[in-house]
Amino acid sequence: MKTIVPIGPYHPLQEEPEFFTLTVEGEKIVSVDVQVGYNHRGIEKLSEMKTYDQSTFVVERICGICSTSHPFAFVQAVEDIAQIEVPERAKYIRTIIGEGERIHSHLLWLGLAGHFLGYNTVFMWAWKLREEILDVMEILSGNRNNYGMFKPGGVRRDIKAEDIPMVLKKIDSILPTLDMLKKAVLDDPVLQARTKGVGILTKEAAINYSALGPTARASGIKRDVRKDSPYAAYDRVQWDMIVTQNGDVFDKLVLRVLETFESVKIMKECLLTLPPGEIDANLKTIPPGEGIGQHEAPRGECFHYVKSDGTNRPVRHKIRAPTFMNLPTYKSTVINQTISDVTIILAAIDPCYCCTERISVLDTKGTKLYGGEDLVRLSQAKTERLRKEMGVK
Amino acid sequence: MTRDEILKDLKNRFKDDIIEVVDRSAKRVYVEIKPESLKKVVLFIFKDLGARFNIASGMDDRDHMEILYHFILEEINLLVSLRVKLKKPNLEIESLAPTIEAVNWIEREINEMLGINFIGHPDLRRLLLPENWPQGVYPLRRDYKEWDPTAIRDRGVS
Repeated sequence: MKTIVPIGPYHPLQEEPEFFTLTVEGEKIVSVDVQVGYNHRGIEKLSEMKTYDQSTFVVERICGICSTSHPFAFVQAVEDIAQIEVPERAKYIRTIIGEGERIHSHLLWLGLAGHFLGYNTVFMWAWKLREEILDVMEILSGNRNNYGMFKPGGVRRDIKAEDIPMVLKKIDSILPTLDMLKKAVLDDPVLQARTKGVGILTKEAAINYSALGPTARASGIKRDVRKDSPYAAYDRVQWDMIVTQNGDVFDKLVLRVLETFESVKIMKECLLTLPPGEIDANLKTIPPGEGIGQHEAPRGECFHYVKSDGTNRPVRHKIRAPTFMNLPTYKSTVINQTISDVTIILAAIDPCYCCTERISVLDTKGTKLYGGEDLVRLSQAKTERLRKEMGVK
Repeated sequence: MTRDEILKDLKNRFKDDIIEVVDRSAKRVYVEIKPESLKKVVLFIFKDLGARFNIASGMDDRDHMEILYHFILEEINLLVSLRVKLKKPNLEIESLAPTIEAVNWIEREINEMLGINFIGHPDLRRLLLPENWPQGVYPLRRDYKEWDPTAIRDRGVS
């Protein structure tokens, strides 16, 4: 007997609210269809009516969590048209902002993943740490999100020398707790039983879907724009690309935790070696031509294509967020998995959590309706059961 | 292979298919090809050279439509953008979705936004536009006119 499970449709926080139609046989998922576009705001069209300076702010508001990724890619696309070099100091400041965002985004994901799996302590700790990073971002940019730091040709705001010791101290203060979280995640037998071998994305599938960011790196693909196509100050500091091999939820979890440490490393080194000088190349006119900007956002490569005709507005501005490439991989990860694992598989590529909160399950007779809370409870109950079976407290 | 070798190889291998090669900078190359040769050039770049498909971007250029297929060769840090120009009103091109899964969604998007038909696409439904959007109205075309008198789509535009 086949049952249709609708998940969705929408959450206003992420750029791609989605609606999943899962067809299940008993507990097992046999097919999946994804529908997006519920919050399509026509930003590509809107951008054609805005000047380059205005567009930077418009694209910053595409996503609330990774709000600096889009301006980062966009300003690089504009700089690619004009073929100009950004001052060294501006490159470092961009890197600091980009990595701060990655830390808070990964911590946010870790907390929610913990919540879905019934580890509310992980959720509390991760979000508490995230607050520290948001404070750091507030010191550096004046805002906890939507930093408004970027402009074509440089950055809008300098980092003051007197702020740096305080920022470094705050970043250092999260490391012991982060380390504890890492150990807790890696050593917990129940967590391993719950996530290992679940929702595997094979390397071949990841290549065919052109998956990006942590989703691709967890499947053993060395793919990171920061290494492949270095920009800003990423080739000036020492850091490692984290790659794991199995492609399951556990590997994605480990990868994000380890990546947070690398981001801390990059951020600290940039702050310590921040070169003096100008922060703006004073880009006045954009010549005709076309340019492409890429930035490794927390979820993968963010891609902007801009075509200019020499006026102060772009003729065409194509935006591609990483989830656009990562989302279709569900077709290969969700099949043959059970409903209680769906929440975490859907969350594993770090799309919007929203969709998982709005899940509703209807049995064939239409008599029983589960809401998003029930599905989270289902997922948490499975962990609880495993915990008892394995004799872990 | 180095960047120059790959470009030379591409030019030799597809000399009848390539119309123009614009060597823009160390990281960017724009290659204009004939629409009918798209599939074999893309398959060579994606499968044989092992490039990653970034995205495709379509644009209305008044007398023709232009589609750019962006591929990045990660080992040598080179972004190859294949440019295809479709003369109006024959807006049709072969779909790449049956062979490359990553192209599936963006072809659906270009189809609804610009009205280009991708022949052989397995599932050419709408991706982003709502169901009540009228057939044959393409929002990213230059001649797009507001069709809904109640819609306010220009808020904040000056």
